[in-house]
Amino acid sequence: MSATTAAAWSRTRQEPNWLVRLFEWKPFLVIACLLPAVGLLTVFLTYPLGLGIWLAFTDTTIGRRGIWVGLENFEYLLEDPLWWNAVFYSVFYTGVATVGKFALGLWLALLLNNHMPFKSLLRAIILLPWIVPTVLSAIAFWWIYDPQFSIISFLLVDILGVRSTNIDFLGSAWPARWSLIAANVWRGIPFVAISLLAGLQTISPSLYEAALLDGSTAWQRFRYITFPMLLPILAIVMTFSIIFTFTDFQLVYAITRGGPVNSTHLLATLAFQRGIPGGQLGEGAAIAVSMIPFLVFATLFSYFGLARRKWQQGEGND
Amino acid sequence: MTEAVATPAAGNAATAQPETMAWDSKARRMVMLYLPLACFLIILLFPFYWMTLTAFKPNAELFDYKTYNPFWISSPTLDHIRHLLFNTAYPRWLVTTMTVAVCSTFISLIASTLAAYAIQRLRFKGSQYVGLAIYLAYLVPPSIQFIPLATMVYQLGLFDSPMALILTYPTFLIPFCTWLLIGYFKSIPYELEECALIDGATRLQILRQITLPLAVPGLISAGIFSFTLSWNEFIYALAFIQSSESKTVPVAILTELVSGDVYQWGALMAGSLLGSLPVAIFYSFFVDYYVSSLTGAVKE
Repeated sequence: MSATTAAAWSRTRQEPNWLVRLFEWKPFLVIACLLPAVGLLTVFLTYPLGLGIWLAFTDTTIGRRGIWVGLENFEYLLEDPLWWNAVFYSVFYTGVATVGKFALGLWLALLLNNHMPFKSLLRAIILLPWIVPTVLSAIAFWWIYDPQFSIISFLLVDILGVRSTNIDFLGSAWPARWSLIAANVWRGIPFVAISLLAGLQTISPSLYEAALLDGSTAWQRFRYITFPMLLPILAIVMTFSIIFTFTDFQLVYAITRGGPVNSTHLLATLAFQRGIPGGQLGEGAAIAVSMIPFLVFATLFSYFGLARRKWQQGEGND
Repeated sequence: MTEAVATPAAGNAATAQPETMAWDSKARRMVMLYLPLACFLIILLFPFYWMTLTAFKPNAELFDYKTYNPFWISSPTLDHIRHLLFNTAYPRWLVTTMTVAVCSTFISLIASTLAAYAIQRLRFKGSQYVGLAIYLAYLVPPSIQFIPLATMVYQLGLFDSPMALILTYPTFLIPFCTWLLIGYFKSIPYELEECALIDGATRLQILRQITLPLAVPGLISAGIFSFTLSWNEFIYALAFIQSSESKTVPVAILTELVSGDVYQWGALMAGSLLGSLPVAIFYSFFVDYYVSSLTGAVKE
């Protein structure tokens, strides 16, 4: 009985054709699965990265293949006050905006971690600035920063009476720099707050209960429980934030385009200005390449943040 | 807690104190929680309110804060939107942006699903290094890539065509999606696949009939995220597209609508509003997926 069913079963099972067998062969399957992603990334990410570094050592312009000029582009940049200015503002912009984003974002996350009605709706609304295209909200900021019809100036001058003249947000160097940082912080808060909120929710309440029984103050609970437990996620979010703030382009390009008098150029906007409309591809690439050391630094920061995480969890359960 | 249970029995004199304490903590909660939260909300939402308001304000009100209340519209108008839709190429820009976003999302979803499956489930030698390499690819920002990519796009003859954007957007979408999907695949029990393998299913059947249906939430998250990211992308679109009609919305608003010294703020704001709406609508349908993918990606 059992022999006949087994025979019937083996008869119905057809010998798989060569294509099916090929897809059962693991090495082929692995390569076939990885090919689209790895292929696309190699052609449009790794190759351009190398090409960009090569371009930085040539004097390529639009429409003319460049020749190797060695470090000439970089030597030129080191004597270029505009480049130094862009380096300064990139570092300043990243530093101040990151501190602002994380201070306010952490505060917002701690607020949202309380029990309250409409919590999920609130969370949804708060993410809005991060979802909307940066350029479009930047244009709204541009209008808010208008020298004549700024609503902030109107509030300060006509309603509160704090000032007697309109603020010239984008007309001179320092106000323009601070205005851009404010816009960047505004856009960054939601991302930081929502990611940190997710981190806060993974902290076990029993830790707080134990601390309460031991008579801790609110500050001590934050300092010795919340902050250390949040540190791994904080490190990762901060790395991302630093990398993408340092290489920011959209906000500055949309609001000031590097002006007034080139005072708000970030390295990315300077590279764009020299490279695409200016046509000096080699020089633009050199400016872009000069961002890489900063990015490597930020990535190492992320790596050590991750290493610390395993150490904190005690065992490799992740 | 025990105090609150005990007080009703103790009589009127005893209840007074807990009540004032309750009031006190309510006031405290108001100041410590709701007040800062309200400030955050106002600041975070004000630019959108201002954008919407400006888009529907007639020019006369727009530039006269003395006679009209700037925070309200006394006679709303659709002029700016009409100007945008019928006097500019705005509908075309919307269509281009939509096409580019949909196509690049589709390409990166397919590529990253396969890659994530291979890395997480096929477990070949060195799979974690491939995973790490893809993670590192996410850290390469477009700002250092656009110049070499522009020369490449030019040499490939794709300059000024949406195809250039469709092919380059996956470079920042694939790493993110792969990363997200590896996390999702990890959460699907491996035993399910083993059962299917024992029953004689091929690897591709397993992927199609077992893993993918279970990973649908992950796929939706990756999809909407990719769509949003490609809708928002700016620098590649600015560098690779020259002609007015094949620009994407963010680039077109900034380069085509800003003309001369007099900015048409009404039209600019209407354009920004219309350009944000598709993403915002999309977002409102999938809020939970956004939040879970954002937090999931960070936690991974």
